[in-house]
Amino acid sequence: MVPLHWYLTLSAAVFMIGMFGFLTRRNIIIMFMSVELMLNAVNISLVSFSHYLQDMRGHILVFFVITVAAAEAAIGLAIIISLFRNKQTAHVDEMNEMKG
Amino acid sequence: MNSYALIPFLPLAAFVINILFGRKYLKENAHWVSILAVAGSWVLAVMALVDVLGGNTINFDLYTWMLSGGFKVSVGFLIDQLTVVMLIVVTTCSTLIHIYSVGYMHGDSGYYRFFAYLSLFTFSMLMLVMANNFLQLYFGWEGVGLCSYFLIGYYFNKKSASDAGKKAFIVNRFGDFGFGLGIFVVFLTFGTVYYEPVFSQAGGLAEATFNFLGYDVHLMTLIALLLFCGSVGKSAQIPLHVWLPDAMEGPTPVSALIHAATMVTAGVFLVARCSPIFSLSETALMVVALTGAITSLFAATIGLVQNDLKRIIAYSTVSQLGYMFLACGVGAYTAGIFHLYTHAFFKALLFLCAGSVMHAMGGELDIQKMGNLKKYMPVTYMTMLIASFSISGIPGLAGFFSKDEILWMAYAGESPVGKFVWAIGTLVAFLTAFYSFRLIFLTFHGKFRGTHDQEHHLHESPKSMTIPLMLLCVGAVAAGWVGIPALIGEKIGVHNYIAEFMKPVLGHPEGHGTHAEEMVVMLISIAVGLAGIGLAYFMYILRPELPARLAQQLSAVYRVLFNKYYVDELYSFIIVRPAIWIAKNVLIGITDARIIEAVVNGVPSAIAAFSSGLRKIQTGLMQHYATIMATGILIIVAIMLLR
Repeated sequence: MVPLHWYLTLSAAVFMIGMFGFLTRRNIIIMFMSVELMLNAVNISLVSFSHYLQDMRGHILVFFVITVAAAEAAIGLAIIISLFRNKQTAHVDEMNEMKG
Repeated sequence: MNSYALIPFLPLAAFVINILFGRKYLKENAHWVSILAVAGSWVLAVMALVDVLGGNTINFDLYTWMLSGGFKVSVGFLIDQLTVVMLIVVTTCSTLIHIYSVGYMHGDSGYYRFFAYLSLFTFSMLMLVMANNFLQLYFGWEGVGLCSYFLIGYYFNKKSASDAGKKAFIVNRFGDFGFGLGIFVVFLTFGTVYYEPVFSQAGGLAEATFNFLGYDVHLMTLIALLLFCGSVGKSAQIPLHVWLPDAMEGPTPVSALIHAATMVTAGVFLVARCSPIFSLSETALMVVALTGAITSLFAATIGLVQNDLKRIIAYSTVSQLGYMFLACGVGAYTAGIFHLYTHAFFKALLFLCAGSVMHAMGGELDIQKMGNLKKYMPVTYMTMLIASFSISGIPGLAGFFSKDEILWMAYAGESPVGKFVWAIGTLVAFLTAFYSFRLIFLTFHGKFRGTHDQEHHLHESPKSMTIPLMLLCVGAVAAGWVGIPALIGEKIGVHNYIAEFMKPVLGHPEGHGTHAEEMVVMLISIAVGLAGIGLAYFMYILRPELPARLAQQLSAVYRVLFNKYYVDELYSFIIVRPAIWIAKNVLIGITDARIIEAVVNGVPSAIAAFSSGLRKIQTGLMQHYATIMATGILIIVAIMLLR
């Protein structure tokens, strides 16, 4: 039997990787992937608590998250592609037209 | 409020007005403010004199200056017989010299500044003489010192003048240090600094001693000598006399007012004011008498050979101040104050005449380059001649009465050194007459020895200068008539008014001698005065080649006298040069460079290094801040989990 805190440690580790990836990398694709990592880290902790508490509500929430993430990935990738077509780059520092 | 409080505050108001509005608005009219103020003070001083003559002594506190536990000091005024004499001297001389300055300083670029300082000086001097406690006396004392510094260095772009100002200020520090300690001891002993309780309790402590480093010191002697330190500095007595001759770098009216008539006599005033303390200590009185006697001889001998018009008169001032201390030292305070009062007139007059001569000679001060000026400047000549007769002690003139009083009191008084100082005093009277008339003969008689340009330029001074000369001349003649000794007074039916007047404050010791003795002392003093004049006449009019030959034959003596006994050189060697050495090598080299600069520069450079490290994290990029925040949260969570 794998104890709960192993799952939680995994979840935290994945979340941290996602968060620092998002904050430190400049390539928009990688940042996008980091966001997905954070979402999935949350999913891991949700399912592990759900299993630990023998409660299905955690699983249901995870499905919602996966659904939203899938939609978000589709829209996000579409935006990135159109950005890339305009700018010929995937580097966020060069996308500063909106900067005040 | 008592209107006498206005006596010092009128000149203060004039100072404030002149210093604030003088440069832009008053300019060439600055003298009106100062003259009106000081003339107002004079009128009030005369009213105070009338009041005191009527038997009133005024003592009131105007304003509480400090209040701390049992210690209380006020700005307060005491107007008694002694104060009133000083008030008359100060305001009269000050008024006349203010008027004289209108002519003398005409066209000077710092006209308003000069009058502002004169007013400030008058204020400080009046605060000094009118104080009813030691601390206010000290305030006035330092105030006049400060004004003296300002006015000696009035021509501040001239190096010798600014050096002389510094010298005066620094030399006075030595004396004032002792004076300050004296006031501390007075407070420690009596628990107050007011004159009245101090003087009334002093008698009860006549035998008290004070344990200092294991020695029992006679308390009254200690206080008296510490206070006398201040007098020595301010009144230019040995060994602190060096500043006064150099102080002649200031404008001549300043020399007349500050360095002859008023400020330098503050030391004598202090001794007279503290006479209840001094009288309790025979040692202190002896020190005062001997200091005075030695200084008067010392300065008179230097005065014999100097060639600078103003410096001769300055040495004469030092010498006459010594005379006043001599008088105080033998217990004849009244005689000392009487001499102070007559001296103020004839010495101020001598200085103002010297200023008038300078004016005509275009700033020339060397009497070897003058001569025959009486033809061009009759008023100056006559007034200066009378002043010189007065200082030489010619019977009937002011100087005669006061000098004779001092000599008689020294001879017949109870002081153990009385006879000795009398002998010195008589010798000095001879020297005084000699150098005063050497000055007169070299300046006003004989042939003119200056350049042709100077001769062409010679003229009598304007009215604003000659009228004060004539008024002071009246003083130089008549000021002594209030103190005609009983010996003569009995025959013509007048009293020694000043001695009776001063008796309540200063006491009046009777001389222990017969009329015959008194007559002999008087005749000797007249004889030496006439002898001095005669010798000067012989050497400078009849045989003008004699002085140079004499100087050659006695060249060693002449050189020592001409170089003022090398006192300046001695001080330069034992005090000034070591002080400069320490300043250069220790203070600049070690304290300043290694310690102060290390701290002053080290602290900011450490802060700069720290902040330049800290600045690297302030990038302005959102992501960096978010990263730092996230890292912080991670660390906090990690600590909480692992604890």
